[in-house]
Amino acid sequence: MATPSLVEPTRRDFLYLATGAVAVVGAGAVAWPFINQMNPDASTLALASTEVDIAPIAEGQSITVKWRGRPVFVRHRTAKEIEEGKAVPLSDLVDRAARNPNIDGGDTADATDQNRAAAGKEQWLIMIGTCTHLGCVPLGQAGDYDGWFCPCHGSHYDTAGRIRKGPAPENLHIPPYAFTNDTTIRIG
Amino acid sequence: MTHALVQAVKAAAVAIAVFAATPSLAAEGGAHPEKAGWSFSGPLGHFDRGQLQRGFKVYREVCASCHSMNLISFRNLMEEGGPEFSEGQVRQLASEYKVTDGPNDAGEMFERPARLSDRFPSPFPNEQAARAAQGGAYPPDFSLLAKARTYSRGVWLSLLDLVLQYQEHGPDYIHALLTGYDHQPPEGSHGQTGLHYNPYFPGGWIAMPKPISDGQVEYPDGSPTTVEQYSRDVSAFMMWAAEPHLETRKRIGFQVMVFLIIFAGLLYFTKKKVWSDVAH
Amino acid sequence: MSGHSTYNPQNPVLKWFEARLPIVGLIHSSFVAYPTPRNLNYWWTFGAILSVMLGVQIITGVVLAMHYTPHVDLAFNSVEHIMRDVNYGWLLRYMHANGASMFFIAVYIHMFRGLYYGSYKAPREVLWMLGVVIFLLMMATGFMGYVLPWGQMSLWGAIVITNLFSAIPIVGEYVTTWLWGGFSVDNPTLNRFFSLHYLLPFMIAGVVGLHIWALHVTGQNNPTGVEVKSTSDTVAFTPYATLKDGFAVVCFFIFFAWFIFYTPNYLGHADNYIRANPLQTPAHIVPEWYFLPFYAILRAIPSKLGGVVAMFSAIIVLFFLPWLDTAKVRSAKYRPLYRYFFWIFVVVCILLGYIGASPPEGLYITVGRLLTAYYFLHFLVILPVLGLVEKPLPLPASITEAVLGPNHGGVSVVPSSSAAAPERRA
Repeated sequence: MATPSLVEPTRRDFLYLATGAVAVVGAGAVAWPFINQMNPDASTLALASTEVDIAPIAEGQSITVKWRGRPVFVRHRTAKEIEEGKAVPLSDLVDRAARNPNIDGGDTADATDQNRAAAGKEQWLIMIGTCTHLGCVPLGQAGDYDGWFCPCHGSHYDTAGRIRKGPAPENLHIPPYAFTNDTTIRIG
Repeated sequence: MTHALVQAVKAAAVAIAVFAATPSLAAEGGAHPEKAGWSFSGPLGHFDRGQLQRGFKVYREVCASCHSMNLISFRNLMEEGGPEFSEGQVRQLASEYKVTDGPNDAGEMFERPARLSDRFPSPFPNEQAARAAQGGAYPPDFSLLAKARTYSRGVWLSLLDLVLQYQEHGPDYIHALLTGYDHQPPEGSHGQTGLHYNPYFPGGWIAMPKPISDGQVEYPDGSPTTVEQYSRDVSAFMMWAAEPHLETRKRIGFQVMVFLIIFAGLLYFTKKKVWSDVAH
Repeated sequence: MSGHSTYNPQNPVLKWFEARLPIVGLIHSSFVAYPTPRNLNYWWTFGAILSVMLGVQIITGVVLAMHYTPHVDLAFNSVEHIMRDVNYGWLLRYMHANGASMFFIAVYIHMFRGLYYGSYKAPREVLWMLGVVIFLLMMATGFMGYVLPWGQMSLWGAIVITNLFSAIPIVGEYVTTWLWGGFSVDNPTLNRFFSLHYLLPFMIAGVVGLHIWALHVTGQNNPTGVEVKSTSDTVAFTPYATLKDGFAVVCFFIFFAWFIFYTPNYLGHADNYIRANPLQTPAHIVPEWYFLPFYAILRAIPSKLGGVVAMFSAIIVLFFLPWLDTAKVRSAKYRPLYRYFFWIFVVVCILLGYIGASPPEGLYITVGRLLTAYYFLHFLVILPVLGLVEKPLPLPASITEAVLGPNHGGVSVVPSSSAAAPERRA
């Protein structure tokens, strides 16, 4: 066995250390392609946007479109729903963040009804239809707050898609979107 | 006894050498393409952006009327390692194509301008339509053609190709084919009606008529507008289409080689040290 | 894989664990303390290279399967999707495709090394036969893997090879229909080939385990062919063999990397970049290079059944090799005649490969038949007779003597079972 008195590093030790270090670097470099191959590929990343014609959606109706493999709710809200949404004081909210990447402040802005609805078109509410709890699709115009209700674990969202009761931690997320004209929106 | 065996082995070796040097019986009428020389050959090879852009122009204005390229998306034209058009250029280009999408809410298919994520639309809706329009011949898809075409170089040259990394059989063949229409068929060789003589095509008679002539495509960068230049550019473009990560591959390959050689050297000396007190 | 362990943990946790599952001790005795002949040359590193290549193939294969679609309408495009869009997909696929060829290059060297040094002789017959089983499994795996990209060569290779089974008398047609799951090579065939291609490598890994087990029971052969007699004949596996194997593996990787990065399609066929078309056969159907010698034997016999029988016999005969070779001496180093016949046999195999790649016409047929005859002659006549008529050279008394000269017969030079680094001793 090695004599404990051999403390001073020798050329031989350096050689072993260098070889070992290069082996570790090599193993790390080899691992990366095998990990990265599971990330979204170029064709998935390219499928970024979807266009929706909203002209046929009457007041009080909504449609669900697919964007990046998930449902997106496009809701034409009634005056009553907008009224209800505006009447809620921020202090009643579980999650006070707007979760809207389309406005200044994005995630940190206050979750007012105005910050949740489409800018300048408050009758339109566009949200990713995935419950922020564990990913089920909430049912529309249901639950204790006339908004959405997730049947999986009982989360209640209000008319602006904000979480009010139940296990979900966050308001329904809003995707990046823009009106390309008065009747068409491009999501993504 | 031993001496006789040595003689036998020597005789066998000579026989092998003669045997393997005989030209392959498989060579079927096809003339051997010249090596054209490419910027993307060799261990440090890379594409010439201008050439790829010109090649795409030739494809678009000439070849695309018959040949599809259905594994390529518009977005590929702006990706690193390719022609690298700007995003604006590619968006503009895509919008000039119509693709079929749908069904819409009424259950009908509709046409819309292409987007970056769309594949290149094919000139014909299906193979049958393509054959019907071409007198029975099917113009092959361009996406992989530069890797799907080759020519035989025989045993010894093939071994040399491995060492010298000659991998451009496909582009050389395409280049030779496109510039090979002006040869006269040998005496007594007749193709079927509608076929055209080209010494580089296996069998010598090809359905595709001479596809391009001098001056047919304008080049904004002042490159010569000759068949020779067109065919070089479009062959290079087809190589990129078939192997879009060629540049990355060779770049990473170089780094891997340097790493492995250093690692092998270190291991060799470590091994030598460890074994130094053991005779073996 | 036991009996050499000096593993004796002091740490109480390791001690507790070792008493319940002595796996660390097993690894220690198999890959650390295991005594390996001190005179092994670099031809003996191909076992390690093969183990690493099996690992490379399994890992890249599992990853590729995450992106591949085994359906006739989608397979070709899914492979191109891997090549174009998947992050580093081109690298993974080229590693896997060229890795198969590297695997076969290594296995052929490994086999010829066994032939040269008589590594199949008693008491290593089972070790050798397990190796032949691995070889057969590798061929099945390689063949089915080549079908998966569903290019022209994939399809037509599959058609030709599966049709071999139709040569079986009476039930041949039923067997091929059963293999295909239809009346031609089509979607059911592709789908089951994918399933089996995924399964077989794990079976190979299992047989490799047995192969190593059998190896560690008998101990390794060595260039002298003289059995290990004392501890001075051996060194500890770690660090001696591990470092030598490691160096050889990295050198092999340089060779491998040349193909992956610089000539990735050199060993493939251009036709396989054309989508499979069941209505049109490519001008020349050639199997992957590693099947060529056997393909030549298949074509040498002018009868369908005869060709198939000859081809399979060419591999089956390897199972009987330990008994066909009647020589008492193992290593060709001490067999002056066998040495020549060995090299002739190597040349014959290479030429068979050349014939397998050539069109079946004219001179090629005649030469192919002569070479095929010689292949069987080598195993069935030359080896049995040679052992009886050959006068071997005098063998060294031991490995140590072969290395150090006649006066070192039993002198202990390096304690072999010591896992500690001997160079640290003052």
